[in-house]
Amino acid sequence: MIQLEKRPQPSRLWTFLTPMLAVVITMIVGGALFAALGKNPVEAIRTIFWDPLFGEFAFYYRPQLLVKAAPLILIAIGLSLGFKAGIWNIGAEGQYIMGALAGAGVGLAFYPLEAAYIFPLMVIAGALGGWAWGMIPGLLKTRFGTNEILVSLMLVYVAEQLLAKMALGLLRNPDGRGFPGSRNLQQYPSAHNAEIIAGTGIHWGVVAALIAVIFAYILFTRHLLGYQIRLAGQAPKAARFAGVNPARLTLVCLGLSGALAGLAGMFEVSGPAGQINIDFNVGYGFTAIIVAFLGRLHPVGILLAGLLLALTFIGGENAESNLGLPAAAIQMFQGMLLFFLLAVDVLTNFRLRWKTAEVV
Amino acid sequence: MDLSSINPTLLLASLIVASTPILLAALGELVVERAGVLNLGVEGMMITGAICGFAIAVNTGSPFVGFIAAALGGAALALLFAILTQLALANQVASGLALTLFGLGLSALLGQGYQGIKPPPTANIKIPVLSDLPVLGPVLFSHDLMVYLALALVATVWFVLNRTRAGLILRAVGENHGAAHALGYKVIRIRILAILFGGACAGLGGAYLSLVRVPQWTEGMTAGSGWIALALVVFASWKAGRVLLGAWLFGGISVLQLNLQAAGVAIPVEYLSMSPYLITILVLVIMSADKSRAPASLGRTFHASD
Repeated sequence: MIQLEKRPQPSRLWTFLTPMLAVVITMIVGGALFAALGKNPVEAIRTIFWDPLFGEFAFYYRPQLLVKAAPLILIAIGLSLGFKAGIWNIGAEGQYIMGALAGAGVGLAFYPLEAAYIFPLMVIAGALGGWAWGMIPGLLKTRFGTNEILVSLMLVYVAEQLLAKMALGLLRNPDGRGFPGSRNLQQYPSAHNAEIIAGTGIHWGVVAALIAVIFAYILFTRHLLGYQIRLAGQAPKAARFAGVNPARLTLVCLGLSGALAGLAGMFEVSGPAGQINIDFNVGYGFTAIIVAFLGRLHPVGILLAGLLLALTFIGGENAESNLGLPAAAIQMFQGMLLFFLLAVDVLTNFRLRWKTAEVV
Repeated sequence: MDLSSINPTLLLASLIVASTPILLAALGELVVERAGVLNLGVEGMMITGAICGFAIAVNTGSPFVGFIAAALGGAALALLFAILTQLALANQVASGLALTLFGLGLSALLGQGYQGIKPPPTANIKIPVLSDLPVLGPVLFSHDLMVYLALALVATVWFVLNRTRAGLILRAVGENHGAAHALGYKVIRIRILAILFGGACAGLGGAYLSLVRVPQWTEGMTAGSGWIALALVVFASWKAGRVLLGAWLFGGISVLQLNLQAAGVAIPVEYLSMSPYLITILVLVIMSADKSRAPASLGRTFHASD
């Protein structure tokens, strides 16, 4: 019989190996799934993971990779702060929407004025919008002890309704002949989050994501707050004795992750998406949860995991149009990835031992 | 605006129907949490139940078989959660989230080609005399079997948890798994069974949405019901009777806001649609003052070495 024996310390080796192992298992099981759907599994996996990077149309897909990875990484970095401390913000999707609404709202308020200060103001507004939405579960948790998981999630549905209301009401394009959706920010130079180097996909959101990775790395390795976050997550009681204020930590983590998600939403709406519309959000906030875990809540890991999940988004669209693979298959694929990661994670904390049953 | 178009009798009758899915899901989760496990995958299990029930009911023509399939589908997904958290000792919050994300994808995949189809109707039961009573008849005594099953389940869960040995053991496992283990109870086995029960209930709740309440299949149709069911358990202070009250409250709110939308009240549709979620938050805030009711081992992983 297999028995689990607790390791004194999590294995460093397996901490690195498990995400890769999870990806490999997901590919195998995913391949079997695609085979069950009547597709050639090898071709499906190649279409998703290989073609966007090295295939015939890679020149088009590679910039897309950065465009899709930026919001994922930005949000996941924020989430990782809270997850490390045992504070579960799962409403990043809502904070992403609110950031986009606030950012676009500020930009549209200045239309058609052209000025250099508009875009920075939008960035600040986007961060504040997401921050405010993240502070709601934070304040409710610290003031009333309300579960932040449920509140942050409920607020996603509220934000989605607000998005619909704004797209059809306040922010609707007055010259849009009654179509839902705001003015296209791509056609408003002062508010447009354009590519910094044409053809590379690098816009300000990508830069912000890289800065966030570097900051998070410094925070966790060099800064007291990063230490407190880790301490609170691993030994809440010890953290209390060491003078960590749990309420303050909750507010900082939820506020920061909200602000980063809001930034991601703002960069998306002013760049790749272009306008506020009913179907503006595509689930980056939820996929970022997978990114955070797959990256082991480590900034560099999140960077890599974000690129990988962005690849599945692009490859999924690719497989949808070329192989007729349903879009839902990719969503399930991403869910499976998190599943297998959590399952093989047992190897990090435990040793597997063969033992004959003992008579007690 | 025409509020007189809202018929209070019909409103109450549809309240009962609207509350049944979250009632079923919340009862299942209640048992799971009393066993000390926090399964955040209710939404994923519900939507998987919704499509399993729908697909099987459409293919067999029998809603009854559909509901059985839904319970099995929900339980199958719950089994994945059980393996992850009880055998591989994974974090329960993360595993629950994974279950929801996975369930949403799986259901969307299974649901390809079932959009826009009408499921076979689930028959309402006519009870002689009682069904013909004015007001009470349509409100209480002319529903389908699942409504009564859900109500019976409330009583059963209450009875088993509070009046039987099995319930006592389950609660012991949830309050202090170390002590329960020391007494020789199989903590892991009991928890796995509770998780499976929770999955089956969530599956039934989901199928009630797709087969009776809506009734059709659309992607992501549970729209947060599973999360509301989770909030309901907190609202009910982990008590079966109060889950029923809470389900009626939430059912009532969602029916009322739909009726107000139809009646053309001056409040924009979007604001009415967000009201169930806002009220859930409000209720959570009010109820979370009293934390003492939560099972003491809730969400903690058990390993015999600890």
